Amino acid sequence: MSKPRLMQGNEACVEGALEAGLRFFAGYPITPSTEIAEMLAERLPRVGGVFIQMEDEIGSMAAVIGASLAGVRSMTATSGPGFSLKQENIGYAAITETPCVVVNVQRVGPSTGMPTSPAQGDVMQARWGTHGDHPVVVLAPASVLETYVLTVRAFAIADELRVPVILLSDEVTAHMRERVQLPDPGALPRGERPRPGRAPANVPPMVHFGEGGRILVTGLYHDPSGFWTEKPEEADRLLRRLCGKVESRREELTLVERWYLDDARVAVIAYGCVARTALRAVRLARERGGRAGMLRLACLWPFPRHEVAALAEKVDAIVVPEMNLGQVLGEVERAACGRCRVIGYHRVDSELIRPEELVPVLEGV
Amino acid sequence: MEELRFLRREHLPHLWCAGCGHGIVLGAVVRAMDRVGIDQDRTVVVSGIGCSSRAVGYLNMDTLHTTHGRALAFATGIKLARPDLHVVVLAGDGDLAAIGGNHLIHAARRNMGITCVCFNNGIYGMTSGQYSPLTPAGFRTATAPYGHLERDFDLCRLVQAAGATYVARSTTYHVHQTIEYVARALSHEGFSFVEVLTQCPTYFGRRNRMADPVRMLEWFRQRAVTVAQAGRMKPEELRGRVLIGEFHRTEEVPEYSRSYRDLIARLSGEGDGDGR
Ligand SMILES: Cc1ncc(C[n+]2csc(CCOP(=O)(O)OP(=O)(O)O)c2C)c(N)n1
Repeated sequence: MSKPRLMQGNEACVEGALEAGLRFFAGYPITPSTEIAEMLAERLPRVGGVFIQMEDEIGSMAAVIGASLAGVRSMTATSGPGFSLKQENIGYAAITETPCVVVNVQRVGPSTGMPTSPAQGDVMQARWGTHGDHPVVVLAPASVLETYVLTVRAFAIADELRVPVILLSDEVTAHMRERVQLPDPGALPRGERPRPGRAPANVPPMVHFGEGGRILVTGLYHDPSGFWTEKPEEADRLLRRLCGKVESRREELTLVERWYLDDARVAVIAYGCVARTALRAVRLARERGGRAGMLRLACLWPFPRHEVAALAEKVDAIVVPEMNLGQVLGEVERAACGRCRVIGYHRVDSELIRPEELVPVLEGV
Repeated sequence: MEELRFLRREHLPHLWCAGCGHGIVLGAVVRAMDRVGIDQDRTVVVSGIGCSSRAVGYLNMDTLHTTHGRALAFATGIKLARPDLHVVVLAGDGDLAAIGGNHLIHAARRNMGITCVCFNNGIYGMTSGQYSPLTPAGFRTATAPYGHLERDFDLCRLVQAAGATYVARSTTYHVHQTIEYVARALSHEGFSFVEVLTQCPTYFGRRNRMADPVRMLEWFRQRAVTVAQAGRMKPEELRGRVLIGEFHRTEEVPEYSRSYRDLIARLSGEGDGDGR
């Protein structure tokens, strides 16, 4: 293990990305993600990689996909307004099966909103921001160390499944400093791209530019050879396979943490920065004799609906605190399907939800 | 016929309308590739969205058909990740000058090592004939039913001012010049730009009394003025004419991916930074 260090969430993201083999970053400055770009501008050329500040977020996303298709692990980082601009090309990465990592450090929206304050309002955009059905994986770290771990994981998933992976951070997690001890280099699996002769189910092998493949990559519906097609049966097959790549791996993409759930009557489901204060609320409630527990979600999409359904079977109520007006709440309701009460708790005034305000909610059910 | 090796013949015939000029431009591009002896396994051709951007489907090399307007930004990522590859962008005037205008000026400013060929038909062909930033004033389009009120860009002057280091313009009537300019652009290290006027008889011609593609080619011949001729003409004689020729060429500006490689080399000489 390396020496313990005081580190910021965005810095941990940079360390994780470099550990994962990042060699290309394209971005456009935006609070609260900018530290990632600044640190990579310094670090990448020192390891033979490339940093470029593009003219906008649309171009950044495009350059990241281009570099990835040329065989290089690539990433961009942004926040709300920039994340909106990236959406068209995130869909392009999905249909062309181009591995890439997009960091979105959430701030208060819509629009310019409150640029320096935290929110969790982009959960649905991360899943559905680009048009059309499409596969995407969304990870949500709740600590500095977890930002590191999930960044490495994001690259592994992106490469193995050939999908865009969104690291959905938030202003608190990104700017908070914690004492962390990073795992040794090489300790976390980095994943590999499927290559000719070595590709998992549903994921076609990847041939990079410059390898003599003379390939065509297109955002049009295409047949297995890569050439565009308008045949309905080919279109149907392509979209079902693309979405199936992720859907069929829902269990292995389930990243949850369980706290005090064995005897819980009321459970919190939380993610990101709110999971930190929610855990404190659960402990406070327990100190006062309540039977509270928490299920923390570190992977939001694919949504772990089987976990939530099993939990709803055991408890009387589920409380979903979020810094939005109820985005994961709807997914929890859908998964719980009437098996228990589901109660949302929302804060959209740019202030982090505090433990003391959650305790009465837990005790009231 | 050597240039046929650059085409995916199994995917021909192409999807362009009868009389469309895009095939003439693509033909000039592959002949230029043949002339400079490009290695088709070390070349990536990137396009945007539009009729012209479909050209990449027919090229027998690594090809990337991207999103509308963004070809140059994708190409930038490829060039920086693999500076050893030859990167070419083929796209329409709407793609490069309207939705992609920002990427165009910045690729030129950086002097990115990309050859960009603009298929300028003065119209949005794919979406059936709306005006583009290259539609000349006064002409009719699907969205300018009373004649176009806006002025068009002089795209060559724009990219030259933005920093492009090779700039030329030709037309589908002037095929030999087109091949030669594209060949020189392909041999140029920095950002090279060739605009080729091409005819869209289906959507531009029909609305402007040039439904016959030959009429459109004649129109190009009449409108085109070489740089040398223009020097001897009065301003009023030049009104409505189009300058063709090689406008700009310099080797003095460093190509961007080379500058970045130099930076990497300089930093590796310094060690990993811990001993600074
Ligand atoms: C973001 C976006 N906006 C609009 C379109 C619709 N669209 C497709 S091609 C095109 C214009 C094509 O014109 P041009 O680039 O000049 O190429 P041409 O078809 O004339 O060769 C437009 C507007 C699109 N595909 N994507």
